[in-house]
This record gives sequence, structure tokens and C-alpha cells, in this order.
Amino acid sequence: MGLESKLINDGFFTTTVDALAAWARESSVWPMPMGISCCAIEMMASGDPKYDISRFGSEVMRFTPRQCDLMIVAGTVTYKMAHVVKKIFDQMPEPKWVIAMGACTSTGGMYRSYNVVQGIDQFLPVDIYAAGCPPRPENLLNALMQIQDKIGKTRVKDFPDPPHTSYDEKQGELSLSKN
Amino acid sequence: MKELLKEKLEKQFTTVQFEFIEQFDELTLKFDKSAIVNVCAFLKDEDGLKFNFCEDVTAIDWATRKNRFTVVYHIFSMENKFRLCLKVDVDETECSVESVSSIWKAANWAEREAYDMYGITFLNHPDLRRMYMPEEFEYHPLRKEYPLMGIPGAIPLPKK
Amino acid sequence: MQKLTKDDVHPKIVQALLGADSHITIDDALENEMILNMGPQHPATHGVLRLLLRLDGETVIACVPELGYLHRGYEKMAENMSYLEFIPHTDRLDYIAPPANNVAYALAVEKLAGITAPPRAQYIRMLLAELARMCSHLVAIGALAMDVGALTVFLWGLREREKILDFFDVICGARFTTSYTRIGGVASDVSSDTLKNIIVFIDQFEEKLDEMERLLNGNRIFVERLEGVGVISKEDAIDIGFTGPNLRASGVEFDLRRATPYLFYNEMDFKIPTYTEGDCLARYFVRADELRESAKIVRQVIDKIPNGEVMLNSPKKVLPRKTEIYTKMEELIHDFMIVNFGINPPVGDVYHAVENPKGELGFYIVSKGEGQPWRMKIRSPSFANLQAIPHLVKGQMISDVVAIVGSIDPIMGEADK
Repeated sequence: MGLESKLINDGFFTTTVDALAAWARESSVWPMPMGISCCAIEMMASGDPKYDISRFGSEVMRFTPRQCDLMIVAGTVTYKMAHVVKKIFDQMPEPKWVIAMGACTSTGGMYRSYNVVQGIDQFLPVDIYAAGCPPRPENLLNALMQIQDKIGKTRVKDFPDPPHTSYDEKQGELSLSKN
Repeated sequence: MKELLKEKLEKQFTTVQFEFIEQFDELTLKFDKSAIVNVCAFLKDEDGLKFNFCEDVTAIDWATRKNRFTVVYHIFSMENKFRLCLKVDVDETECSVESVSSIWKAANWAEREAYDMYGITFLNHPDLRRMYMPEEFEYHPLRKEYPLMGIPGAIPLPKK
Repeated sequence: MQKLTKDDVHPKIVQALLGADSHITIDDALENEMILNMGPQHPATHGVLRLLLRLDGETVIACVPELGYLHRGYEKMAENMSYLEFIPHTDRLDYIAPPANNVAYALAVEKLAGITAPPRAQYIRMLLAELARMCSHLVAIGALAMDVGALTVFLWGLREREKILDFFDVICGARFTTSYTRIGGVASDVSSDTLKNIIVFIDQFEEKLDEMERLLNGNRIFVERLEGVGVISKEDAIDIGFTGPNLRASGVEFDLRRATPYLFYNEMDFKIPTYTEGDCLARYFVRADELRESAKIVRQVIDKIPNGEVMLNSPKKVLPRKTEIYTKMEELIHDFMIVNFGINPPVGDVYHAVENPKGELGFYIVSKGEGQPWRMKIRSPSFANLQAIPHLVKGQMISDVVAIVGSIDPIMGEADK
């Protein structure tokens, strides 16, 4: 294993704070399952004993946004639901990443109709798109591994102190202001 | 069962014109919309008929000038295991029909959905609100003139 | 057109919530009524359902469910595509048991077109429908147990479900959204090896089910949380539109497979489990018993399945086989006509309902003789079952609301269409 072999000789090893922080962040990505429709079932299936997601560190699928750092949007997002997804995304603390799972979240999928948002990147910053309808659990695990690679390349200075967020009464949305 | 139905209906409702259509092993009954509540109450309570289960209430948009909509009721009798389909025509100018939710509670939400999708008002409905679309939505999606992709800007999206 | 604001409990909903008269009085001097929003974002099992509860302390006085968070516009889309193109969309209706929806849709269109699939195809459809029923009930029981607190049963149920999904993978080509049935038959044949493996699975399934039941039935917390909660009487259940296991738990012995038989169900020997209490525990017991009955039906189907074709040979209405399209001229022309112009059934309308795991799934198709339906209405069981929630939660506590919603087992994909 990685760490033990280094520790056996000297009892200590040197690294950078960046690498340590990135390793800690990527090995314990706690997903926030925004399970909306069919892809949610495949997300549940990726947590079952056959395609265990907890071996990747994502043991706990917390349903509260305050404790998560990865939001997996699984399912068709309609216009009515988009406001809810955005609200929950805003409630997640930095650093946060988004996986757009399935065809419906990436581009609207097979639903070219009046009530389906044709791609959640119209209102959310997406990091990884997982294709499929629904993507197989292995596909979702691959997406998770790619998020882990992405996190592994980050540095501590990419995530400065969070700016002071103020609630703008007129707009009715959270807005960021430099304070 | 069909003969019993015809006989009882014609005996009870002498003023109403019934049209019986049989197609694909199903029986459809067409009549005027003013008699809907009385006919449904009779079908539910009468011995030998007992249509106690309302499966669905829906509407069809024919996109013609006269009698634009047809409201369709599917009812089922659990005793006799017989399914009946009732149809009433609704014109666009007088876009309303009496609600049958006082007879079958199952019709409550189905009528709300028909109101949401077509704009047909159901009189004496206990709670006529939109079902699927948000309350501020101004259009009725399943009408034939509403485009499939929707009208841009009809429902706002959150900002990025 | 005003923008949706943060305060999106619309005045009309508040009116409906407050207008409900309450027979419940709590002897408490404090005015502690509040409106609680059990928002659309729930733990992922039951989907996006919004419940607005008016509470007095912990007791629920009124409840207004709000749907529409997954309304994808199926009925409008169906008017713009041919009958064959709509089959993948039916998968995503009740997305826990997709083959059952495929079977329902194929039967409705075949009734309209006036054709019948060959016997082997019908037996294969029955096999898939029953395996889908087992999938759905495993998830339903697991989700109910998880909502009440027993997490292990959920994972055990999913483990069994994975084995069934492996069979779907082998038979249909996709493990989850199968799109396997076609108008006039099924897409491909089942090999006898697969059928033997299914029998091996069923043999070990019964004892796994016993294991799960032993864990739940003897658990005092599980039983006490579900017993006597959310009771609905027989007349109310029929009136409010319940179908499926929910209806059978209230004492009505009604199953569409017996009442209006379709496929070859009248030749199969199975019981209809019925309980009279009408509470959440009875709904759980009905589903557990139906798992056993489905296993029985699967055994009988595999026993009796005849040999033969799996697609009907009716050139104007049924797609020809792929091997013949590439070699023969007439089949190529028929394929072209059917894919581009549709199957053109006769003018009229048809309503066909089958017994889905959740209840009665019905398709009402109006045809004007063209390749696309003029109107397609999907009568979904979850939509009708959810109507009962305001009636069931009156007077219960908040934690009972979770148990009631879990025992009714709604799936928002079909409730919202």
C-alpha cells in the first residue's frame, strides 16, 4: 500500500500541504444525491452490495446539503424543480463539485418538451457529465473517479475564505458580495 | 350487461339522448353534458349496475370550431367486472362541465389535471387549482395550439 | 408575468391548507399551529413529492400534496411521435419496474390495432411482468423499512434485485430501462439456459425472503410504527381510487389479472393476498405475500412456455425481422413504411388497463387513423394513490407521515408523467 511502504523505513515522510489536502478531499467525497427520477435508482444501485460506492470513500450519502461536497444530479430536471436544485446547491459549503448524471441532466435527454430544462448547465456549474440513460453503476463510479482525479489536482489556494453572502431581498436570491 | 344498461338508462332518463358505441370490445356512452351528474349518480347507486370505481377523467382536444373538447370518464363496476366509457362534448365558448367529484372522490385530482392541461372548468369542484404546472402559468399545455417546446420565458429559470 | 419568489407557498395552496376543517382539538393554551414544508427533495426513494403540512405540535391537521416537479410532458410528446417511438418513454413511467410498463403499452396498442402477439411472446411478457413485480416489491419493502429505520433490509432487497436485473440484462439487452416489447411481440427470444438460471434464482429466493421477513416481522419497533397507522376503510379505498396492493390491504379482493384477464393469466394458478385491516402493516404484508405468488407464477410460466415465434408476421403493422430486411425487398419496404409513417391503426379509441406492481396502469389511446396517436392518456396508479394522502394523515404524527407515504409506495415518474 502507498503510505505504509513509505512509513516503514523512516517512520515519517514529507509532502506538501497541497497534496495532503487534495488527498484528504478526494478520498472522502460525500455525495449529496439529488435523486429526482430513474437515474436515482441507478445511483441507489451503485450503493448496493454489488457496486459498492463506499469503497471509494463515499460511504455516507447524506441527504442534507450542509455536510456534502459533491452533488449528483440524477434525473430529469424540470423548470419547477430547477429552483429547488439551485437552492440546495447554494446551501452546500465550498468546495463543491457537481456530477450531471444521465442524458436528461446533460442536455435534456429524450425529453424535448415544454417543461424539461435542456441541460442543467444552464443554471449550475457542472464538472463531470456521465452519459447514459440511465448510466450503469459502473459508469457513475467512473464519473466519481474522474471527480477524484480532478480534486487531486487542486491546490489549497484555489479555495479562499468564503465571501460574505448576503440575502438580497429584492431579487429573492442569495447573492455574493465582497466584504 | 349491455342490454341491462341500455334498458335501465332509457327507462330512467327519458329526456336524455344516449348514443351507444361498441368498438374493440368496449362500450361507450355519449350524451349531453347537462345530464352528467344525474347519470353518474344513477350508474353508481342502481342495483345491478353499481359502477363504484372511477378510473379516470380526461379530455380530448379535437381542434375543431364547434364542440372542441370531449370530456371522457372511465368507470368500472367491481361486482360485474364491466368497464364503461362516458363522453360529453364541451364547447370552447362555454368551457365548463359539472364536476363528479361529489360522486366519486377519485375524480377529484383527475379533474384538476384536466383543468390544468386543457382549461376546462369543473363547476362545484371543491378545490380547482392547477395540478402540474405552477400556479402562475398562463397557458394550458395540452391544447393543440401550444407548441411542444413551450413558450420561452413562460417559466423562469434560476440564474447561474 | 411575475417571477417565482422565495415565498413559493402559493396563496391558493395556503387557502386549501387552512380551509380544511379539523375535528382535532388539542387542549393546549399555546397557539402552536405551523405550516411545515416536506419539500420536494427527500431521501431518494419516493421521488420529488412536496407535502405541505399544517401542524399543531406534532399532530397533522391538514396536508396538501403538490405534484408537478417531474412533469415531463409525456402526453404532449406522444402526440408527436409514432407508436413505436414511444416505447422507450413508457420505461420511464414506473421506473422501478420498467418491463411491466412496456407490456402494458404493447397490449394497449395491439388492442387498438387489432392484432395479437404469438403465444411464446405472451408467455415471455408474463415472465417479465412478474419479475418486474418482484423487483418493485423488493424496493418497496426495502424503502418502507429504510424510512422506518431498518436499513439492512433495503440492502438485502437490492441484492436480490441485482440478480433479477442480471436476467433483464441477458434477456432484454439493458439492465434497467429495457424497452423490450414491440407492437406484435417482443424484440428477441429467450434461451433455455436463461430459463434454467431463473429457476435456480427462484429456488434460492424463497429462503432469502424468509430471512428478510424474519428480521422485520419480529421487530417490535417496525410493527408498532406501522400498526394502526394510516387506516382506510373498504368503501373509502374504492371511492378514493386506490388500486393494487393498497386496495387489497383494505379487504377488497380485486386484481385485474383475475377480473379482466389478459395475456395467459387465466391459466396460471395464484392466490390474491388480501388483508382486512387497511393499515400500513397490512400493505406491507400484501407486498411480501405477492412476492411469493409472483415466484410461483414465474415457475409455472417457465414450465408451460411453448416454442414458436416471438414476433407476429403481419407486415402492415409489425416490424419485420432484421435478417429479412437486409436481404428481401418487401420486408425492406414494409420496414420503411412502418418506421416512417407508423402503423396506422383504425379510427377510434381504446382503454386498456393492466395490473402493475403499484396498481392499475391504463393507457387511453385515441387514434384518427394516422401513424401517431391523436391523444394518449396514461392513467397512472401512483397519481390515484397519492390522492388518499390528505385523508390518511389527518390526526397522525409527523413521523407517521413518512411511514404512510412509504407504505403507499408512490413513484413520481408516473404520478407526474
